[in-house]
Amino acid sequence: MSDVVEKTLTALPSLLSLDSHPGSAKLSSTSKLGNLIRGITELTSKHEEEKLIQHELLAIKEQVSSPNTTMMKELMVRSIYCEMLGYEASFSYIHAIKLAQQGTVLEKRVGYLAVSLFLNESHELLLLLVNTVLKDLQSTNLIEVCMALTVVSQMFPKDMIPAILPLVEEKLNHPKEIIRRKAVLALYKFYLIAPNQVQHIHNKFRKALCDKDPGVMTASLHIYLQMIQENPEAYKDLTPSFVTILKQVVGGKLPMDFNYHTVPAPWLQIQLLRILSLLGKNDQSTSEVMYEVLDESLQRAEMNHNITYAILYECVKCIYTIHPKSDLLEKAAKCIGNFVLSPKINLKYLGLKALTYVVQQDPKLALQHQMTIIECLDHPDLIIKRETLELLFRITNGQNVTVIVEKMLEFLCISEDDHTTIDLVGKVAELAEKYPLKYNEWFIETMNTVFSLGGDMMQPDIPNSFLKLLSEGFDSVEEDRKLRLFAVNSYIPLLRGEPGKLPQRFLQVISWVLGEYSHLREDLEPAEVLSLLAKLLDMKNSSSETKSWVLMAMTKLCKGGADASVTQEVSETYSSSLDTVLRQRAHELQYLSQDPELRARVLPRGSCGNFAFVSEALAAGAAPYKPPHQRQEELDQSKALSLEPYGLSLPISMSSCSITDRQSPTLLSMSSGLSGDTLKLDGIKRVWGREGYLAQREPVEEAAQVEVPSPIQSPGRQGEGDSLHSQTPTQTPTPEPEQEKQQLASSLFVGLASQSSVSLMGKSEPMPQRFRRKAKGQGLGSSFIANEQISSSLISPPSAVDNLLCNNLLDSNNASELAEQTSQLSQSLTTANGTCHAEAELTESDTKGCNPALRRDNCVVAAGPGPHNDPGRLTEVCLDSYLPAELSGLSHSEIAPLCANQSLNLSACHVQKEDSLILVVFIMNSSESAIQQIPAGEVTSYSVAVGQYSLTVKRPAVHVEVVGTVSYQLPAGTSQSLQFSYKVPLTSFIRPFVVSTEEYGTMWLSFSHDTKQNLTLINDNQEPLTATLNALKKKLQLHVVEVIGMEGIVACRLLQDLPCLMHCRVNAGWLAVWLRSPVPDLPDCLIYHCQRALQSL
Amino acid sequence: MIKAILIFNNHGKPRLIRFYQYFHQAAQDTSYCKAEDMQQQIIRETFHLVSKRDDNVCNFLEGGSLIGGSDYKLIYRHYATLYFVFCVDSSESELGILDLIQVFVETLDKCFENVCELDLIFHMDKVHYILQEVVMGGMVLETNMNEIVAQVEVQNRMEKSEGGLSAAPARAVSAVKNMNLPEIPRNINIGDINIKVPSLSPF
Repeated sequence: MSDVVEKTLTALPSLLSLDSHPGSAKLSSTSKLGNLIRGITELTSKHEEEKLIQHELLAIKEQVSSPNTTMMKELMVRSIYCEMLGYEASFSYIHAIKLAQQGTVLEKRVGYLAVSLFLNESHELLLLLVNTVLKDLQSTNLIEVCMALTVVSQMFPKDMIPAILPLVEEKLNHPKEIIRRKAVLALYKFYLIAPNQVQHIHNKFRKALCDKDPGVMTASLHIYLQMIQENPEAYKDLTPSFVTILKQVVGGKLPMDFNYHTVPAPWLQIQLLRILSLLGKNDQSTSEVMYEVLDESLQRAEMNHNITYAILYECVKCIYTIHPKSDLLEKAAKCIGNFVLSPKINLKYLGLKALTYVVQQDPKLALQHQMTIIECLDHPDLIIKRETLELLFRITNGQNVTVIVEKMLEFLCISEDDHTTIDLVGKVAELAEKYPLKYNEWFIETMNTVFSLGGDMMQPDIPNSFLKLLSEGFDSVEEDRKLRLFAVNSYIPLLRGEPGKLPQRFLQVISWVLGEYSHLREDLEPAEVLSLLAKLLDMKNSSSETKSWVLMAMTKLCKGGADASVTQEVSETYSSSLDTVLRQRAHELQYLSQDPELRARVLPRGSCGNFAFVSEALAAGAAPYKPPHQRQEELDQSKALSLEPYGLSLPISMSSCSITDRQSPTLLSMSSGLSGDTLKLDGIKRVWGREGYLAQREPVEEAAQVEVPSPIQSPGRQGEGDSLHSQTPTQTPTPEPEQEKQQLASSLFVGLASQSSVSLMGKSEPMPQRFRRKAKGQGLGSSFIANEQISSSLISPPSAVDNLLCNNLLDSNNASELAEQTSQLSQSLTTANGTCHAEAELTESDTKGCNPALRRDNCVVAAGPGPHNDPGRLTEVCLDSYLPAELSGLSHSEIAPLCANQSLNLSACHVQKEDSLILVVFIMNSSESAIQQIPAGEVTSYSVAVGQYSLTVKRPAVHVEVVGTVSYQLPAGTSQSLQFSYKVPLTSFIRPFVVSTEEYGTMWLSFSHDTKQNLTLINDNQEPLTATLNALKKKLQLHVVEVIGMEGIVACRLLQDLPCLMHCRVNAGWLAVWLRSPVPDLPDCLIYHCQRALQSL
Repeated sequence: MIKAILIFNNHGKPRLIRFYQYFHQAAQDTSYCKAEDMQQQIIRETFHLVSKRDDNVCNFLEGGSLIGGSDYKLIYRHYATLYFVFCVDSSESELGILDLIQVFVETLDKCFENVCELDLIFHMDKVHYILQEVVMGGMVLETNMNEIVAQVEVQNRMEKSEGGLSAAPARAVSAVKNMNLPEIPRNINIGDINIKVPSLSPF
């Protein structure tokens, strides 16, 4: 079919350019429109066209106002045509309305069409249409009703909705399905522009949903999608209905004419899948209802047509949005693979989009497709390229940031689209600012490129935050100094070169930095800087804003003396400037340069960034500053979603009370929540907002980083371990370009998931290699006795193993994640590596991988002659004494026996330190003979060895389980192993998190994972809120940030630095709690413990 | 939601424009600008973006700066001399819209019998009426080609039968009653007996 279209359309240019005979068969030669069009196609210049159209408009105007025009219809079409070309025909608006009012059905149709094309919903003439619409809605002519409904859904004055609402409602019961359908859509439109006015007819929407005609039901889904997006909680009860509908559709229960290319009602399926994913988000029980139908849709969708891919894509997105189910995830991941690997470019695009969407939850998926991603990076289609960068942006970490930023900058150089440039510049700046300390010079250089490429289009907060970063500095004074000095060093040559080519914003940054910090460079004379700056002032294209920045900088720099002449000259020139700001600055410069004492008082060195008055004002209750684009965004959001300023608050009960409190997280998040809870990919971006992403990502990265070198690596080999990260060696020789790509891949995907990155690399597997080395060592056996350090890794710390399945078996109720700490040597680790999944890397990285082992060795010696000869009666008290000295002062959990066999007894406890959780394992030899703990350590008979490990949680669960194995060797030479597992509640990992209310506010906005629940209040005294919060604080080690009236904000962190924020509000005898965190599942787990804590009181 | 539907030819000449959202100048821009001009700017920008692209690249485009930010997408198809561009927000499925364009074009093809650019120019109003049956107020109304064609045919019949006499409304009613032929298999209970005598007017 499309071929036919194509063919006929191809024939067209010849028709048009020839203008006359072959084409004119199609048009009536007498038609004025025909003449007009033919006239226009003959023209060569825009100017001629304008003249012709103006002439035409005059003619129309004349005819249209003559009292008895018979060709009103044609006149209207002609003015529509002129309007389409961009010429105003406002005189015809009123005639269009008149035509809609008075004409015959056909004239009405043209009239309505013209009105809906000419006017917008705020146009005043539209009021004249209300009566006509009212009349037509009551007409017995179905066509007229249809026309009225169409125009109403296109645009209708908001204030007049009540006038026609009853009539439109009535149409919901109309016998004709087409009318019902249009009425539903018209009501949807009303809901969009004035949600309050249609609140009372929500149950009618339900009736539409149950309509016997699938078309009406489909139309009603628009409304539900919107309403569920705004408030998913209120519609959970409809989940089974939606699931049933989808099941029927997928099962082919609809009449055949709903099929499109043999796919049953694809658009309906897409809509339903979107609704389901909104409903199932962060809701396990709801999600469980839909697993089956999702599975079915995945299977039913055969890859035979474009539209099935559309369904699959929605399906995959849904599966990754709702509460995860492993086998569905697996299928979905396969599906994404199909997309990404597809030769069809559209599917590839969507595949990348899907990857971008899921990559946070499942970074290993990006690893699987890394070669494809690399290829897409070089794709000729810029859109694909940009999407790939977007994906890379999401997987950026401290190790690959330089490569990714480099790729982004490359793209920036070739991009011509302003919008892309602005967006990408923002992202580069964000990345650069996230990891500035690591590579000082890189940071400055990157920002320089950003400023010169981004030009003056970029968001104004980029230079601002850059300057802020420079001025506030970091923890180390020395680092700050270096950074600033480097900035100064890089700017001087730029100014000596061709500053005229630099964008204004960049010049402003440069002049500020030079003004503040050029003194750091000792060999630089202020006079030289001043003359460089003065040069900027003389440039033609410097804007007056830049000039005032430059003058400010000069004011800071001038010291009198030699440079006095330059400043004098400049200030004289500009003190008579027409621009008042410049004049002001010039006068300042003049006076301050002459009076060094005054200058020292006004502009003390290093005073920048010291805005004490701001924090004072904030403390006094002023609203925090929001950058203009954020303000604009909020404005836009409220505009796009609701034109009623308070309309939204009513259906959302949670936030109703805090509308007026601007600082309350409830309100802030309401604006973010509106888009944040939606399906759209952009919603995710919030996670990656400035600080939020940082806090979530970096600790994980760091943990992953140390994980590899520390456990299996002896200190002697540490160097090698590190180098593995920077350049993963390729073992198998590969063709050159291939190798290049692989190198790129390894540098891009490094640190994503330290272990899987390795095993998925395919050809280069440094990890197994090291295991092999280790295995060899074991074979050598005794030679290792000499090497105490290697031997000391008796319990060689952890390798994370995927345990989703075991996990389900062990603890199906609360889906506790299971962490396996394989305290085993080579072989078991190797196997573990094979099955390792990044997502399940729960625990833990022992940052002191080698130290505890060493310490244990000491213990072995010390504990050797231990007095306890009867292992069976070894009590906790006794084991207590084996606690390492530095831990003995701290409170520890009960020492629990783990497991035992004839020769070994294992017990363990955990100790909460301020910044870590230490797991202490007691290994007691209960046999007569000494035990060789592979290969060197020895536990003499009836003595105790102690090992300690610091634990961190990567993915929260209600209880974290540590699983490990102790391997040992009996004197007889037989090796044995003993497995143990130990459970730690998540609360042990929770520490108070001290933040200010302002910090809390910004963090709250940037976190994406949240959960809400009502908890019981402690009602035994006057202040239930304070009492409850204090109880929680005591039990769970939370930090109460502030209590304001009936609201309280609380913060805590999961070791090491994963924050979780809690907002509590007393509401009708309950404590409404809202938790937010950058970490998935953390809010859910925490709310569980809060519940438990309050119940146990 | 669909924000706008633009059809223009290879030279950027607009052939059909339908905005479902009123685009006006962004607030930060102080220079006052009429909505119509804004629309023309959008058309120009969109054409500029779309025409640069080869036929072998993907059919999706993100973010023209005028039509608004990262939430918006341009989804287009190129048929010989014409570009069909749908500007949508994130609540629409990319591939779904792509097929909707196909449905729309195939419907045009059915209604005009081998549609060509000239049809779109000279029967701009009819194209609008067809579009109204596919998309209503920015929402997808009907995706079934037969149904769309049936609706349009009813209106066409009305056009022919309307001789400028006062009988028009009555005839229209009969026409509308006849128009729902494809509706028969949909509704299980066929209440409307008139359906069975399509060409007969009850009056």
